[in-house]
Amino acid sequence: MREKYIYQISIFIILFVILSLFIVLVPEVFLQSRIYISYLSIIPFTMILALALTPLIIAKEIDLSFPSIMAVSGYVFAQSYLSFENSFLSLCLCLAFGFFAGLLNGFIVVKIGVPSIIATIGSQFLFRGLAMILSGGTALSIIEVKESFISQLFTGRWFGFLPAQSIWVIGFAILLWFILFRHKFGNAVLFIGDNIKASKMMGINTDKTRILLFIQMGLISSFCSILLTLEMANWWPTNGEGYLLLVFASIFIGGTSVFGGSGTIFGTFIGAIIIGIIESGIIALGLDGFYTRFVYGIIILIAVCVHAKMLRKDSNE
Amino acid sequence: MKTVLKLKNAFKAYGKTQVLKDINLELYKGEIISILGDNGAGKSTLIKCLSGLENFDKASFEIDKKTIDLKKYDIKTARALGLETVYQESSVGLEQEIYRNIFLGRELTNAFGFINIKKEQEISMNLLKKFLGLKGVGVSATSKVKALSGGERQGLAIARAIHFDSKLVILDEPTTALAIKEVQKVLNFIKTLQEHEKTCIFITHNILHAYEVSNRFIILDRGEIKADIKKSDISLEKLQNKLLTIANEY
Repeated sequence: MREKYIYQISIFIILFVILSLFIVLVPEVFLQSRIYISYLSIIPFTMILALALTPLIIAKEIDLSFPSIMAVSGYVFAQSYLSFENSFLSLCLCLAFGFFAGLLNGFIVVKIGVPSIIATIGSQFLFRGLAMILSGGTALSIIEVKESFISQLFTGRWFGFLPAQSIWVIGFAILLWFILFRHKFGNAVLFIGDNIKASKMMGINTDKTRILLFIQMGLISSFCSILLTLEMANWWPTNGEGYLLLVFASIFIGGTSVFGGSGTIFGTFIGAIIIGIIESGIIALGLDGFYTRFVYGIIILIAVCVHAKMLRKDSNE
Repeated sequence: MKTVLKLKNAFKAYGKTQVLKDINLELYKGEIISILGDNGAGKSTLIKCLSGLENFDKASFEIDKKTIDLKKYDIKTARALGLETVYQESSVGLEQEIYRNIFLGRELTNAFGFINIKKEQEISMNLLKKFLGLKGVGVSATSKVKALSGGERQGLAIARAIHFDSKLVILDEPTTALAIKEVQKVLNFIKTLQEHEKTCIFITHNILHAYEVSNRFIILDRGEIKADIKKSDISLEKLQNKLLTIANEY
């Protein structure tokens, strides 16, 4: 049992150490609730993307196009809201775009046979370009959307203080865990990452499973961009930029293996929290914002070294 | 004797290369037959076509008295008819737990597709104890398959076939690339198949392994069946000579 959860435990200890350090060094910030409320409103964006990408990594696939899918989805959401003033319709249109963007990625990777790292580098340019063409490079302000039910539902402050997106992301994490580790779809994902040949021979529809994974990523990217656009009440052409590396860092800090076949939702969850708390922690410490990346680098390298060390021990046994 | 599989006038070509030429084969309940032959004899093509991974170009094919529609025949149909194939090395996921491997593609699920983990683990544990004889030593249904030895991994795949009550089990080179001690384990697993009255096709390069467990030998050479001999009619030495003669014919 202990071995089975060793990644989860070690990543949790890393989070604990970082947070303790912050509390000891700047108690006036980290013993107040304000900073945690602000974390609850910011971290869900990186987290939901990292969670959605984890099953793809487990299946030995990758999607580099999600920040660009977010850009177009957010544009679709904001522009259609400005045109029709119906937030529910905008939601549907936006998710529909995410669905088809994911389907396109899945089709190119699975049916045409382009490795996903290459295919999604291509589609990442395509979607970002599309967002630029459609918007003409200008931002859209949709401040009125704050009044809508959808906004209250997804990014409102429940009970007057709790950012709704934090509840949605926790719900998504739990659902994803059940699908990955307790559902036959997740079983197929694990085996595809482990041994795709065996999966095919045991009658798993590997093509369908892999395409569904890309569609899932497209849908969640769109959903995340809705959250982001609602939270900001604004859409920028740079929507989604900057999330790419943070999302990958969250996943790999969490202990999901780049070799496929194994991974952890809990690890990604904690990994995203670690990535999320560092930046403001550094600012609170009174250090320059320029230190952020440097510290990210240290944390990421320590985490992946610890994982690699444990992985080697694991295979010796 | 009850016929389990009947194949008549089977042909298969890749492009212009005729790989299988007019194969005729009949298998009876409870027998273990070995298909012997050199590299390129057509052994693996024959297995692929029988197991539904590929299809014959032309054949009259029956499993358990049911005529097979070649166009619709695939792995799922084969399994539904009770034909299970154990491939060399590659039929397990090493990073996954043993119980997941046993139930892969045939999970015990509820109406929404969620897996009954408890039940799967219970059945797997029983199977491990009864069939693989793995007692204690840290291996349980939730151990990863990589914790098993090479021979035990093959045993796991064979146990899977027995659990799902397959009538016919095809073993594709299960002893290749194994240590001697592990080979003996696998041969013993194959013998238990016979105790369970399963029919078994055993593909191997190694005539010693074949002779130890089989009731009948089929020698395949350049896509044709050159001999079909009962074990009771031939000694190991004569079988060896026969193989050499056939291989040297050209």
